Amino acid sequence: MRVLIRGLGELCITAGLVLLLFVTYELWGTGRYTHEQQDRLSKEMMRSWASGRPAGAGKITTERVSLGKGLAMIRIPRFGSSYHYVVIEGVSLADLRKGPGHYPGTQLPGEVGNFVVSGHRTTYSAPFNRVGELKPGDEIDIDTRDGKYVYKVTEKQVVDPTDVQVTAPVPFHPGARPSKRMITLTTCHPMYSAAERLIVFGQLSAEYPRVTGK
Amino acid sequence: MYALIWRLLPGGWPMKTAVAAGLVLVAAAILWYAVFPWVEPQIQFDHGVMNGTPATTPPTSGKPAP
Repeated sequence: MRVLIRGLGELCITAGLVLLLFVTYELWGTGRYTHEQQDRLSKEMMRSWASGRPAGAGKITTERVSLGKGLAMIRIPRFGSSYHYVVIEGVSLADLRKGPGHYPGTQLPGEVGNFVVSGHRTTYSAPFNRVGELKPGDEIDIDTRDGKYVYKVTEKQVVDPTDVQVTAPVPFHPGARPSKRMITLTTCHPMYSAAERLIVFGQLSAEYPRVTGK
Repeated sequence: MYALIWRLLPGGWPMKTAVAAGLVLVAAAILWYAVFPWVEPQIQFDHGVMNGTPATTPPTSGKPAP
């Protein structure tokens, strides 16, 4: 009997330690993977941008990026000057582990319609961890091969995970003809949960061409 | 369980301690590099993608509500 109780106790302690290790893995270990991938993709993207426009790519942002590759750089001044992530093309599990992902099929940065980006909020380096702090008027800067697009936050909303209308060219009005140039960030809400989605809308306020080939 | 393992370990206490530490590290490494990466997508408590978003939709054509 005593052996049984001791065994049970040891099992509980072991389970606790394993759980603790798992939490460490989720919150810190996964971030290391993201950082590695971000470094790699960032270098790859900068090389590609520096090497000039690929043949066949027409005017601005008509570039097509293959899934899993870097598409643009996102910066949010409110999160500090060192805050930047490579936006990956695609929103599969594997894509989002590398960083925030652009929904394929939604518009590209600067285009009329909706540039929709999804990102992790607590794991995998948590690129959108502080998205809840954004206030109307805050800048979201998107750097692409051809230019810099400055979006201003217009609205923040919490919606159900099934509300895919937020990714429509005119959010909540699928099928409507877009006239605004919008950005939409989606992430999970509340933190550490997948019960709802936090959505941040923004509208293009300025765009600058890239001066150098960098 | 741990008492039994301790008794089974070879050598005196310094040796036992070293082997025990090694075993703990091996167990942790297996969990970290093999078990956790497999478990993580199964629970996926941090999910920011809108469900049911089609993989690709022609731009500007809009998207039917689900």
